[in-house]
Amino acid sequence: MLAEALFFSAVLFTIGVVGVLTRRNAIIVFMCVELMLNAVNLSFVAFSQVYGVAGQVFVFFVMTVAAAEAAVGLAIIIALFRHRQTVNLQNINLLKG
Amino acid sequence: MLPASFALLQEAAGVAHPLAGTAARWMWALPLLPLLGFVINGALSIVSAYHAGPADPGAHPHDAHPSVEERHEAHTGHDVTGGGAHGDDHHVVVRHRFAGLATIIGPGVMVLAFGLAVAIFAAMRGAGDAALHTPFVQRYFEWMPVGDLRIDAAFQLDQLSMVMILVITGVGMLIHLFSVGYMQDDPSYPRYFAYLNLFVAFMLVLVMGASYPVMFVGWEGVGLCSYLLIGFWYLDKANADAGKKAFIMNRIGDFGFLVAMFMLYANIGTLEFEGVRAQATALGPSVVTWICLFFFLGCTGKSAQIPLYTWLPDAMAGPTPVSALIHAATMVTAGVYLIARSNFLFSLSPVASLTVVVIGALTAIFAASIGLKQWDIKKVLAYSTVSQLGYMFIGVGSGAYVSGVFHLVTHAFFKALLFLGSGSVIFAMHRAYHATHSAEDAQDMRNMGGLRRYMPWTFWLMLAATLAIAGFPPFAGFFSKDAILGTVFLRARESTLADAHWLGIPGNIILYACYVLGLAAAFMTAVYMTRMLIYTFLGPNRSGERERDFLGEAPWIMTGPLLVLGVLSVAGGWLNLPESIPIGRVGLLEHWLDPVVGESTLRITHGAAVEASSTIEYSLIGAAVLIALAGIVVAWVMLRPERLVPKREARQEEGFERVLANKYYVDEIYDDAVVQPTVGVSRNLLWEGIDQGLIDNVMVKYIGTGVPRLFGWLGSQLQSGQVGTYAWVLVVGVLFVLGAFTIR
Amino acid sequence: MNGFLTSVGYDRWILPALLGIPLLGALVIWLQAALGGRDAGAAPRAAPEESAAARAGVDPRTAVDEIATGVAGPARVIALATFIVEFIVSLGLWPAFDPADGRWQFPVDIAWIPSWGVRFTIGIDGMALMMILLTTLIMVLASLGSWTYIRTRTHSFYALMLVLTTGMLGVFMSLDLFLFYVMWEVMLVPMYFIIGIWGGENRLYASLKFFIYTMVGSMLMLAAIVYIGLAARNPATGIPTFSYDYILQNVVVSPTAALWLFGAFFMAFAVKVPMFPFHTWLPDAHVEAPTAGSVVLASIMLKLGTFGFLRLAVPLFPSAAMNETVRSIILGLAVIGIVYGALVSMVQTDFKKLVAYSSVSHLGFVMLGIFALTVQSVQGALMVMINHGISTGALFLLIGMIYERRHSRLIEAYGGIARVVPMFAALLTLVSLSSIGLPGTNGFIGEFLVLIGAFKTVPIFTIIATTAVIFAAAYLLWAIQRILFNAFTKPENEHLADLNPRELLIMAPLVVAIIWLGVYPAPVLRRMQLSAERFVTVVQGRATSQSRVVSTGERPR
Repeated sequence: MLAEALFFSAVLFTIGVVGVLTRRNAIIVFMCVELMLNAVNLSFVAFSQVYGVAGQVFVFFVMTVAAAEAAVGLAIIIALFRHRQTVNLQNINLLKG
Repeated sequence: MLPASFALLQEAAGVAHPLAGTAARWMWALPLLPLLGFVINGALSIVSAYHAGPADPGAHPHDAHPSVEERHEAHTGHDVTGGGAHGDDHHVVVRHRFAGLATIIGPGVMVLAFGLAVAIFAAMRGAGDAALHTPFVQRYFEWMPVGDLRIDAAFQLDQLSMVMILVITGVGMLIHLFSVGYMQDDPSYPRYFAYLNLFVAFMLVLVMGASYPVMFVGWEGVGLCSYLLIGFWYLDKANADAGKKAFIMNRIGDFGFLVAMFMLYANIGTLEFEGVRAQATALGPSVVTWICLFFFLGCTGKSAQIPLYTWLPDAMAGPTPVSALIHAATMVTAGVYLIARSNFLFSLSPVASLTVVVIGALTAIFAASIGLKQWDIKKVLAYSTVSQLGYMFIGVGSGAYVSGVFHLVTHAFFKALLFLGSGSVIFAMHRAYHATHSAEDAQDMRNMGGLRRYMPWTFWLMLAATLAIAGFPPFAGFFSKDAILGTVFLRARESTLADAHWLGIPGNIILYACYVLGLAAAFMTAVYMTRMLIYTFLGPNRSGERERDFLGEAPWIMTGPLLVLGVLSVAGGWLNLPESIPIGRVGLLEHWLDPVVGESTLRITHGAAVEASSTIEYSLIGAAVLIALAGIVVAWVMLRPERLVPKREARQEEGFERVLANKYYVDEIYDDAVVQPTVGVSRNLLWEGIDQGLIDNVMVKYIGTGVPRLFGWLGSQLQSGQVGTYAWVLVVGVLFVLGAFTIR
Repeated sequence: MNGFLTSVGYDRWILPALLGIPLLGALVIWLQAALGGRDAGAAPRAAPEESAAARAGVDPRTAVDEIATGVAGPARVIALATFIVEFIVSLGLWPAFDPADGRWQFPVDIAWIPSWGVRFTIGIDGMALMMILLTTLIMVLASLGSWTYIRTRTHSFYALMLVLTTGMLGVFMSLDLFLFYVMWEVMLVPMYFIIGIWGGENRLYASLKFFIYTMVGSMLMLAAIVYIGLAARNPATGIPTFSYDYILQNVVVSPTAALWLFGAFFMAFAVKVPMFPFHTWLPDAHVEAPTAGSVVLASIMLKLGTFGFLRLAVPLFPSAAMNETVRSIILGLAVIGIVYGALVSMVQTDFKKLVAYSSVSHLGFVMLGIFALTVQSVQGALMVMINHGISTGALFLLIGMIYERRHSRLIEAYGGIARVVPMFAALLTLVSLSSIGLPGTNGFIGEFLVLIGAFKTVPIFTIIATTAVIFAAAYLLWAIQRILFNAFTKPENEHLADLNPRELLIMAPLVVAIIWLGVYPAPVLRRMQLSAERFVTVVQGRATSQSRVVSTGERPR
């Protein structure tokens, strides 16, 4: 049971990482980040079967943070879109030296 | 606490001394009296000039001073406008509102101080010779007690300082009185007396100090007063320049004084005269020579000797009584006093003593030659002063300390008289030009001539002084100058100086040469002084038709002091008659100063009093008289006052005369060789080159700011701004770290 | 007097009180500004009327006064009162201090951060005593000198001045290296703001330069302090200690380490002094700083550098400091500073800059005195520190006064003004003469003692340094000639107002100090005698033995 759960968690996480690395659309990148978080959540739940409820407490913690992050992140993306009429990350390089 | 310790220190020092119970116990009052005068006169001056500014000086600069107009009105009335009895400045004559009070206090404290000095002198005479072989020292408080360095605020009274005190307070008093008339219309009348009083206070500290540092207080203090008084009419740039020049050149000398003190302390651990005197023989010969040479550097500054003499002629920018007091009678002789005071050091170093003689002789002839061709009456006297100071240094340098001090005293009489007399002349000329609103130079001899008719008293007194300085017997200068020249001649025959070598030249040759130079300078002195007298008082008057009606004798407050000085100039020689001319009591000053300088004089003469055959004595005297006479006659025969034209019509001098009139261009040489390069190097190399250029630009701007910027630029190049790139870097980094942990 | 002081427990609370009073004053100013309404002065200067009128509950007369002057807020009154209280309280130190007692006096020792071994240890000796008295006096005068000069954000200005005071006094009192460092930084920050906010046109450049120069030095010092603290740690518990006394007596570091540590302290203090060639922040900071900033900077903050040498750098690492090469280099830099500062000052056109460079010259004398290492020269160095504080402080105050009237620091903007402002002229002349070192004024005592003491150990350096007496006369007399004397050519100076009574009040104590210290410096010298002697014996003893074993008789407590 644990092994399968961890396997799926790893698959989900990898999908998330690849998505973050390869996609250009800010919304999709953002969703991939959420995917990674949920992959970690899955691992936590799986481990809590073995090591006690602390993992489940952490899951709630992560979900709260993720919700807050979603709110802030989406707001930023909307503001960005209003400003530049695009959410393509390649066009956004204000940090370039 | 202070008075208690004061009494205690005094008790401890004075208990055994015969002067302890006499008037000498009040000697601390001598400098304090003029200091008090300074405080009161200074307060009068500043209070009358001060108008409080607004509470908020920065607010609305233009309309916040409603009273500024009337304030300004008040200013022009009686404040410092610069000018006074000088030059061609015709201000409105309004006496200072505190003039009466300042007149009472300024000369008043001097009268008191002179009275006290006479009382102390009487006490010293009364105490008897035998008792006075040690100076009377009063300690007041610890000035700088640090570790083994003990410098007390202490005064000492001995025969040498007594002579100086009498000269300073006596001549000083006369000059204060003269100033009452001379400065009467000056808008800064109390300020003048404040400075003059302060000068006397510092001068007394100088001669009364019991240690070199206390003397140095007076030494620099008189320099300060000289600075303030030369620049008294400070709105004229030339005056302010002259004051600054005097101060800075004196400071070059003070550098020498300071280093000499450091060397003394480093070698014998004390700076008090008595301590140094006791331990001087323990010093190594080269150390003594260096100490003496550094002290002498101080003397060349203060006493205007080569190479630091150029400030003294410029110092004539001050009021004329100041020139008489500071730049003739007292302050400039401080260097002579210093050497006479340090006789226990200089007598140990023949090389340093020879240096003093050589510099003195060169200065005497050099300055005298410049004096031949000056037109400004005060400039003539200024170069004459430099020249006469040279004589004094020949005296004290050759170990004739008594003769040097003797000439110092007689010179104080006749040179003060000459300056005050010239002040009287300038006063009359200025008054005349003032009355006719003329802008002529009131000090140029080409504008004078024939003044004998208008101011006979001044003429006869000036004549006496001229004969005195020219060395005409039996006036004061004859005896003192003859004493100096005679001693040099005798020293060349037999003394430690004659045995020594100076820059490889045998000392006796140098001394003979200096004797000849001294005679030549005496000749020139007679020439230029007669010239001054002829051009000023004889011949036709050149001051102008209208001005002639206004020429006349000065008020009695000015002529009175002249009379007293006249008597002293005539009779001053009786202070120290040589044995060869026994027309009174012989060798009074010599006997008086013996406890102070006798030992050192003997050391120089190999322990024996030099006896010269009367043939030599009389031929020396004869030579001196002949030289003086020759000078007077030459001037009388060659100069034609009736051919002179007023200054504005005069033509330029030609050839060597021009070189003399331009003082050998020494000022220009100093300016080009020292002043300009120093300022130039400071500005271009040090300030703009090193400070602005190297440190601020290269180090701070390029390296200090540039290097961090370069690193910043390099780092910023790593930033693409692409989130994807950052994510890749992150993932690679995470994998790397995880991998590193796994492999381990 | 002493009986009364003891009865009120003066010796127990005085030092903490001196540190606390300014902080309390700053707090009051802040509360007043926060609770008592807006600080009118903070409003734009263009509209003082509106801002003053806008304040509720203001006495109409005060409002009118504020309109007239453009200065607002009770901050300056609170600050002045605080400084006066501070000064009066500190005056008790003079009789209470026992010149014959070689131990730290008025000590306070409280645990502060036990886990790091940091303690709040304070106490003073003679040299700290004089510097504290100088500080409390100068702060009163500096705040009075800012009375009408500071017109914007007055409450912030005076609060910063008060905090600055705590920092400076703390440095003089600290007997714990960590505390020393904290106080060192406490004093740096307010000065940065004082220059940066109330300074002249180029204030940002100047304040940044000041901050970075000083900060580089203090970072190095922090590293050195941490190193020493760890070297002195208790072997059983591993807790470091920063106690000055303990470190002085017990800590051994290798000669190489000593050299590095001394180097770190040297950088911190040499920048502060400032020694050539680390001095270029000073002219900029002085020129741009407001009057009070210049005064505090010159009078007190520069002394913290030399004080650091006397207290920490040299006694802690004498083998490094008195190493022939190191010593020669430092003496060389000091002498270069003396002559160079004087020569560069001679060609300045800005009077403030001129005085700034003259500070480089004067502080060179202090360094010469310290490193010549004789009782006379060290005492002289301490005297120069005091005298420079008085004379240069007075010079900056006078420049501030004339600047307030004429808004120019350039020498050429004046000329002949002694005629219209005689009192100002008299005071400027007197103060300049004291700065030149005329005997009879304070300036002479210090320079003379430094030179006469230094001549015994380093004669050549001393002779070169002595030439500064010539250059000093040249630059200052030339400057005051061009300001006060010469022809009166600038018609705009015709309406220059002379000093007002407040300004005379500022100058009065300084003039008294100039004359008093010049004529009768013995009481001051006596109080510093033990400090100087101890410095010399400790450094000589430790330098020769190459270790910190000091015989019982000489051990500082």
